[in-house]
Formats: sequence, structure tokens, C-alpha cells
Amino acid sequence: MIGFEDIVAHYNHWITVFLMVSGLYIVVARGNMVKKLIGLSIFQTSVYLLFISAGKILGGTAPIISEDYQVYSNPLPHVLILTAIVVGVATLSLGLALVVRINEAYGTIEEDEIFAEDEQ
Amino acid sequence: MIAAQLPALQIVIPLLGAVLTAMMRRGSWAWAVALAVSWTMPLIAGSLLMQVLSTGPISYALGGWNPPWGIEYRIDALNGFVLVLVSLIGAVIMPYARVSVEKEIAPKKQAWFYTMYLLCLCGLLGITITNDAFNAFVFLEVSSLSTYALIALGRDRRALLAAYQYLILGTIGATLYVIGVGLLYTMTGTLNLSDIAGRLDGVENIRPILAALAFLTVGISLKLALFPLHVWLPNAYAYAPSVATAFLAATATKVAVYLLLRYYFSVFGVTFVFETLPVSTILLTLSLAAMFGASIVAVFQDDVKRMLAYSSVAQIGYITLGIALANQTGLTGGIVHLFNHALMKGALFLVIGAVFFRIGSVKLDDLAGLGRRMPITMGAFVIAGLSIIGTPGTAGFISKWYLALGALEQGSWWLVLLLVASSFISIVYIGRVVEVTWFRPVGKMVAGAREPPTSMLIPSLILVAATIYFGFDTTMTAGVAEKAAEALLGANR
Repeated sequence: MIGFEDIVAHYNHWITVFLMVSGLYIVVARGNMVKKLIGLSIFQTSVYLLFISAGKILGGTAPIISEDYQVYSNPLPHVLILTAIVVGVATLSLGLALVVRINEAYGTIEEDEIFAEDEQ
Repeated sequence: MIAAQLPALQIVIPLLGAVLTAMMRRGSWAWAVALAVSWTMPLIAGSLLMQVLSTGPISYALGGWNPPWGIEYRIDALNGFVLVLVSLIGAVIMPYARVSVEKEIAPKKQAWFYTMYLLCLCGLLGITITNDAFNAFVFLEVSSLSTYALIALGRDRRALLAAYQYLILGTIGATLYVIGVGLLYTMTGTLNLSDIAGRLDGVENIRPILAALAFLTVGISLKLALFPLHVWLPNAYAYAPSVATAFLAATATKVAVYLLLRYYFSVFGVTFVFETLPVSTILLTLSLAAMFGASIVAVFQDDVKRMLAYSSVAQIGYITLGIALANQTGLTGGIVHLFNHALMKGALFLVIGAVFFRIGSVKLDDLAGLGRRMPITMGAFVIAGLSIIGTPGTAGFISKWYLALGALEQGSWWLVLLLVASSFISIVYIGRVVEVTWFRPVGKMVAGAREPPTSMLIPSLILVAATIYFGFDTTMTAGVAEKAAEALLGANR
């Protein structure tokens, strides 16, 4: 059994899971292409949290070499996520650019309307 | 001096080439740069593979930071083989690209096409060469983002929709991949694939590892279009510019297959993946579903490009079947098919691109009697088609032969029957095209058609010739694949 304390102790993971699932849900459930992209961004954001929170050490400082501090947080996840954020921004901007072009070509960004138009 | 830097050059040259072409206005200049770059790539990849085969795996510390801290490029028989494949296909397609791109893409965007092509090449080579889990993610996204742009360059407005849908699914796949990497990292504290493999044994809590395996499997499967995660593929291949389709069909999914192989065999290990977990059963079921489901759908397509796209999904089923067998012969079959399928599907899409160049359509009904007007081109289609079916004397036969032997080794004779049965379905869809193009009277769309320009014809014929050549001489393909399979299974932990 998972106790209440286990849940609270891992609250960062619960937030991650919540963001992950709600992001995916938006991608699947919404027909509006911009909303889908927003869901996709939320989904990606959850991963940032997964990495960053794993690198944090309670009571740890920034990783600076100094005699005064012994415990420091792992800096590597931050660097990785910095890269992942850049990737996320690139994906979002490319996605939005495609939506603009789709809007120009079809006159709508609702998926069902676009499918209906293509079938004619 | 330079020889020691070859692994880095393999990635840096296409990357710089992409920057260079991005600054160019004229398509023909950008094409010249792309041609120079893509012809250098097989030289580098080839010499790397030769070196690996004679002296063993190469480890390259990027920027002088030693692994496991720095990013390591590591080349062994398997990824050396995939590097050669990707760079060869990239090089063969390039001469073909100029005329085709001039016809299909607006003048203003032609230089951008080559930029995206080189970025995609860089990403695919990067995924293959790197031994770093996160670096592979970055290259995965480099290749994916450029692929979305390549697809969106298609003339039809449905290309935009296909690119958008692939963007959504591709990003979900890549994100699932990075979640898997994150879980592995939190459990082992390292991103170097060999290092992760070494430390996994010491991990006591196995649940996050299982989750990582699941996330990685689904993420990569989305990229390699494993049935039923293939929904993005048919539209993407059907509406992308001809050159992009040929390049992607021959390389992109193959590189994803490589990544899956790497994780299953080199990181998690055969024992963990195939003996303690039902991965083999799941993969086998999905492979069979792809071989039959996608083949049957292919039979009912009116658009030849779409038909070939569904055929790709089916052929990927053969490759994953080889992985699911997980024995020496079966795995060899899977890896050989990875190579052979790239050749024959590349050839088919190049031929169809040439058809589109001449008559402006790839609808099956418009192609009636095309064999009389473009005999060399459609003859090439027939030969490459025979290879898809798996006729003896073509490359496609070799890989299916190995797969069948692998299945027998496992005692599953019924699998051999299914292999043969699914080949019969491919006779139907290839046969439909052959029937329409060769045995029907010349239609009005085809009446004025003639052979495509030499620059389009020769690359197609090279790939077709290769499918025949590798149907007889298998030392290059099956020989290397055998070594790669041996190394993968030898890492048995």
C-alpha cells in the first residue's frame, strides 16, 4: 500500500505525472490545432520537471567549488533541460508556423473541418 | 591526424553544409554544396567501417572530454553499417534531387530544401554514431524537425496537414524517449550507453528500469512506425516532395530501428528484455500485424506513393520480426533487411518520383500503359518490386531467407508459412502497378511521356542494380550483419 507520506514525499513526481497526462489528454481530445500544440508543450514541460527535480538535493547549494559547502545539487539535469527547452521552443514555433500555413490553405484550424474539406 | 577526427567530421560536415546552404539564395548553388557534402559522407562512413572491421570498435571523445563524462562517439560493426547505409543513400539521391526539386519546389524555397536535407542527414548520422543517450535525443529532434519541414515543402496542401500530424506524433515519441532516458539517468547517474549498461546490474529497484524500457520502446516505436504507431507515415510519405520521400523512406525509420536495437541489446541486454519480459511476444504480434494489416491496406491504395508507404510499414514488420526472434540468424535477417529494404524502397520511390516528374501524377489510373513510354524506368520498378516480394536473385530474398531460417531455428515453422503468405500479398500490390503500367493500352496522361533526364535515371538504376547485386553477393550485407548480430547477442549479460 502507498501511504499518505509516500505520496507527499514524492509530490514532485505527482505533479510531473499530472502535467504529463493532462498534456497528452489535450493533444488527443482537442480538435483545434493551436490547442493541440499547447497540450504538447505541457506534455514536454512535465519532462523538464522530471529531470530537474531528480537533480535537486535537499539542502544542497549550487555546484560551486568552495570549502564552506559540501552538499550541492547535480547541475547536469539543468544543462540537459536547457537543451530540451530549446528543442521544445523549436518544435512549438515550427508547429505554429505549420498551423499558420494550414490556416492559409484551408481557412480553418479545426481538424474535423479540414478532414471534411479534404474529402470533397 | 585527420583520420582520428573522422567520427566528428561525419557530423560536423553536414551541419556546416546546412549552415552554408541556409545563407544561399540560389537553389543550384545550395545543391552543389549539398552534393559535395553528401558525397563526402560515404567516404568517411566507409573508412570508419573498414577500420572497425579490421581493428574493432572506435571510441571518440568529443571535445577531448573522456567518456563517461563527455559525449562519446562509438562505432562498432552495427552502427558502422548503418552509417554506411544512410550516407550511401544520401549520396545516391543527391544527383537526382536537382531536377526533381526544380520541378516540385518553388524557386525561393529550393535552397531551404537542401538545408533541411543536410540537417536531416546530420541528425540521422548523429543518432547512429553517438553513444550518449541524451545526445541521441538532440539528434533525433534535429532530424525530426527538419523532416517536418521537408514534408511541409510538398506541393499539395495536404502535405501541411501530414507534416503537422507527424510533428505531433513525432514529438510525443521523442518526449517519451527522453522520459525513458531520464528514468535511466536517475537510476544509474550516467548518460553514456555503455556505462548505463554496466551499471544496470547494480540497480536494486527494478521498477523504474522497467518503466524506462517501456517509455523507450513506445517512443522509438513511434519513430520507426511500428504497427499500430505508423499512422503518421502514409500521409507523410505520400505528400512529401519525391526526393524527401525517397530519402526518408530509405533512412529515417532504419535509424530508429537501429536505436531500438542498441537499447535492447547493448543497454538492457538480451536476457533482461527477451527472457524475463514478454517483449518478444509483443514485437512478434505487432510485426505480424504490420506484415499482414499494412500489406492488405496497400493493396487497396489508388495512389502509388501511398501504396509504397503502406508497404514500408509492412516491411518494417519484417525487420522487427528479426528483432523479436532474437537469435543469431533471425537478428542477422532483421539487420540485412534494414539495409536491403532501404535500397529497394529508395529505388521504388525514386522511380515514382521520376514518373511524377514526367506525367505530374502518381494515381494508379493515370499510369496506364506507362511501361511503353518509360520502359527503363518502369523496368526498374518491376525489378525493385520483385525484390520487395522477395524473389530469389534479389536482395529481398536474402533477408527473408535469413528470417525464415531464424524462425526455423526457434522451431516456429508456422512463422515461415506466414512469411511466405505475406509475400503473396505484396505480389498483389506490386502486381497491380505492373499490370496497369505494362498490360494496359497507353492512357491519355501517359501519351506524351518519355524517359526522365539521365540525372534522375542513373541514381534509380544504381539502387536497382544494388538490389540485384546484393541478391548474389552477400559478403558486404549479410557478412557485416552477421558480425553485428554476433556482437549484439555477445553482449549477453
